[in-house]
Amino acid sequence: MTGRPITEDDLQAFVDGALGSERHHEVTLFLASSEEAAKRVASYQKDAAALRSALAPIAIEAIPSRLNLANIVETQRPAKRILFMPMAAAAVALLAIGAWGGWLLRGDSMVPTEGITALAQEAMASYSTFATDRVRPVEVRADGSDDLDGLASATIGGPAATPDLSKAGYRLMGGRAVPTPHGPGLLLMYDNDKGSRLVLLTRRMQVDQDRPMEPTDQRDVRGWSWAREGLGYSVVGAIDSEDLHSIADEIRSQI
Amino acid sequence: MSDMLSQVEPMIPALRRYARGLLRDREVADDIVQDCLERVIVNWSRRRESNARAWVFAILHNLAINKMRQDARRADITPLDNLPEENVAVQSVQEQNLFGQDVLAAIDRLPPDYRSILLLVSVEDLTYAEAAAVLDVPVGTVMSRLSRAREQLRRTLETRRDGAAIGRPFIWRVK
Repeated sequence: MTGRPITEDDLQAFVDGALGSERHHEVTLFLASSEEAAKRVASYQKDAAALRSALAPIAIEAIPSRLNLANIVETQRPAKRILFMPMAAAAVALLAIGAWGGWLLRGDSMVPTEGITALAQEAMASYSTFATDRVRPVEVRADGSDDLDGLASATIGGPAATPDLSKAGYRLMGGRAVPTPHGPGLLLMYDNDKGSRLVLLTRRMQVDQDRPMEPTDQRDVRGWSWAREGLGYSVVGAIDSEDLHSIADEIRSQI
Repeated sequence: MSDMLSQVEPMIPALRRYARGLLRDREVADDIVQDCLERVIVNWSRRRESNARAWVFAILHNLAINKMRQDARRADITPLDNLPEENVAVQSVQEQNLFGQDVLAAIDRLPPDYRSILLLVSVEDLTYAEAAAVLDVPVGTVMSRLSRAREQLRRTLETRRDGAAIGRPFIWRVK
């Protein structure tokens, strides 16, 4: 005797003959003492037997030839060989269509991955991420301490050039480090008294180390970008392109 | 491949019986078995389940459940009451025994989860661990489901013996 109480699981296993002989004996004793359980178990056994015998004829039917395993194996093999060629042809055709379409669209949709065009894209992306941030637009505030310089040396390897744009009505809020595919960049953010914000992204350039200023337009956001002595600059804001151009000239004259 | 033939071929009568028990219609059940065997052949060498019987039954079970779900979606359009009787349950001559018909009608009224556990354990003699692998649930769930299924079957049959009609088959509601 194990002395363990009889569980519902034991009763089910008793019905299925799945108990060890000792436990089976214990359940038999239990059933002798519980009329309710004995009735239930007898009923379950009877129902299971009825179900088994009602379905038994199916298992002795002759198996239809479409379920003959050897036949299925045979029909599957050639099917694969036949299917391979059209599928390969379709794959080649689809690849060709994709390559041709990609070639046609090459000028329209492919973002240049290097130079100041890439820099301008990165500045645009930074603008749309951080200029709309009302909670924490900058990581390091421009509070007169040298924290911004520390951030600059960590990102672009030199002291921060923080142009004064007060003549244009913009005040330096602060900055943050931003990741770009071409290394870390320093993002400075300015705002005016109407809450309009500008960002200036600065990073080291591998390609286009010296480039004259050129504009970028992306819906309602404009940018001006240039490079000098291995450092690239891109200023981005949601203001008139000519206004932004004069601000960009002002920045360039100061750094 | 011969290993596959020697292990799977003896299972086919049981596979047909399980599919028919779940789906009732002979042609539909054999379609599912054929589909299952094709998958078994393709995936035999890649199977991870060491118990071949549980693995094959699991494939069949999943195909049958998908089929029932698909039919349940259409059941909204064609009420089962309006179908000719032979589409609902094809009875073989050997099933004419009255209690046998009662028990088949009664399991048709059970939810598919209950129907499948009763068929796997009581008819196909799968161990609880094998049934758990087929249904992809823990053994504990197999035990509680089995207990509820047996109780519900017993009540349905008792109502029947008391003279009430068993009514129409269970309809799987799609949420």
